[in-house]
Amino acid sequence: MREGTRVSRSTHIWNELKRSRTAYLFLAPFMICFIVFIVVPVFTAALLSFTSFNSIQPPKFVGLLNFKIMLTRDSVLMKYVIPNTFKFAVFVGPIGYAMQFLLAWLISQLPKRLKKVYVMAIYTPSIAGGVLISTVWVVLFSGDRLGYLNNALINLGLISQPIAWTQSASYLLGIMIFVTIWGSMGVGFLSLFAGLQNVDPTLYEAGKIDGIKNKLQELWYITLPSMKPQMLFAAVMSIVGALNAGQIGVQLSGQNPTPNYAGQLIQNHIDDYGFIRYELGYATALTFMLLVAAYSFTRLTWLVLGNEDDN
Amino acid sequence: MPKKLRVKRLSRLTGFDYNNLLILTLFAVVSIFPIIFIINNAFKPLSELFMFPPKFFVNNPTLQNFVDLLSVMGESLVPFSRYVFNSTVVTISSVLLTIMFSSAAAFAFSKMDFFGSKFMFKLIVVSLMFSPAAVSITRYLVISKLGLIDSYAALILPQVALPVGVFLIKQFMDQLPKELLEAARMDGANEWMAFYRIVIPNVKTAVGTVMILSFQSVWADADSSTLYMISEAKKTLPYFGATLTNGLTTSVANQGASAAIALLLFVPNFIIFAIMQRSMIETMVNSGIK
Repeated sequence: MREGTRVSRSTHIWNELKRSRTAYLFLAPFMICFIVFIVVPVFTAALLSFTSFNSIQPPKFVGLLNFKIMLTRDSVLMKYVIPNTFKFAVFVGPIGYAMQFLLAWLISQLPKRLKKVYVMAIYTPSIAGGVLISTVWVVLFSGDRLGYLNNALINLGLISQPIAWTQSASYLLGIMIFVTIWGSMGVGFLSLFAGLQNVDPTLYEAGKIDGIKNKLQELWYITLPSMKPQMLFAAVMSIVGALNAGQIGVQLSGQNPTPNYAGQLIQNHIDDYGFIRYELGYATALTFMLLVAAYSFTRLTWLVLGNEDDN
Repeated sequence: MPKKLRVKRLSRLTGFDYNNLLILTLFAVVSIFPIIFIINNAFKPLSELFMFPPKFFVNNPTLQNFVDLLSVMGESLVPFSRYVFNSTVVTISSVLLTIMFSSAAAFAFSKMDFFGSKFMFKLIVVSLMFSPAAVSITRYLVISKLGLIDSYAALILPQVALPVGVFLIKQFMDQLPKELLEAARMDGANEWMAFYRIVIPNVKTAVGTVMILSFQSVWADADSSTLYMISEAKKTLPYFGATLTNGLTTSVANQGASAAIALLLFVPNFIIFAIMQRSMIETMVNSGIK
């Protein structure tokens, strides 16, 4: 009897697989790349995080040691990297996201012809590229009297001596946040804008009849509920952007580690251990924590914005 | 007729609209300012780049910075054209493979019923939150185990694994009416024909959007060259740009050349977006995670 069910279940699966043959042909090219370059690296990171590995000798299982070191002995992580990453992520994540929404909403209120121009203006920095970002901002924030910001502030009488903006521990993180938000109005912003454009106009008319008085009420009672899916997509893009923007501090200051670790984010810390010190076990443990954090934040957003019946 | 309409619309602008325009214009100016700056810097002669007090706008535009770019390249023994060639080959192949692979996969997820469909799609949605940078170390290990280090494949194939591409095209395909495909299947079309003749022409906008996204990420990618390539002759343009800007914080040398290369890298991106803006926004309507 038991044997029988097992056989029939395995033949059932076999039949299912046979039926799905064509679909698998369509899927194969993408799925192979996806598995090799995303799924396997994520799982390898999870496995290696329990080992000590220097990329020359085979990995040695060390249990939770890497995580213990993370909590107790990595003072740079605790003192600089985590607080920096947290501050950075709060500003670039939720605040950046709110700004994306606000700008998308304001643009959606414009007359049709103007919309295109403003979407273009706000979106453009996100395609500027790393080279442009470092060139522009390094020069604008340049530390001597030739620096544009310094020169402007001296002329206005706000400062008397030029400030080495990107080399200074007290300004670097703020500049990083500013520059990242500036460049973050990308796919998520477009998605929000598209969502706003696509709200059924009859809803607004119905709302007016039901006593909606101003634009804020309209936004809260009609617009927001009808664009939750786009909001979720944009939120995921924001979280990913906030947690993974690692290079900006290094690009601006020209050093890894950044001056006094002022702009050190988790991604720089990972690169530091992975590609500079070759302590790959510890580096992947950090990676693993980052993935867990990204995943948890996204789930949280999902709970707020998603529908109950999914996932 | 359209002219009349416009006049009417403008006269209907309220106080809210004026404030709104004011705020947005402010943001737009901050947003665009650095781009205007780089355009000016790229055409400034040396004397204006290091002028005191610094001037924002260029007075006597020159192409000298672009010419310098060529000579700086000469010193590293790899000619400028080589980087351009590498970037072009890598970008075109990645973009083409990405749109082919992701639209095929999206078709399976959207229009076919197969074993494991739900699980695999969920995996793709979850992976939206893991950017490649987060797994760069283990990805490096995978690439080196596969023996791809220093080959173009290392620059191309990882870029093809673009989950957001499959996601966007699939969401767009979901909007196509069922009848469209059913009719084709009734007429005896097999899945390939249905995909190629019926579905693809109807999801062109989404495919176009993914093309742009893929182009943007590959064209600007300097990290892959840094990590996976050994021979200088196989590295890409953004990598070279990054080597130029690396020294910028400590010295002002190369400032003009950096601005020139930054502009060269930016312009194709901008033109493509300007042309495709409408179809991109149309696709994003369906980008929601439901």
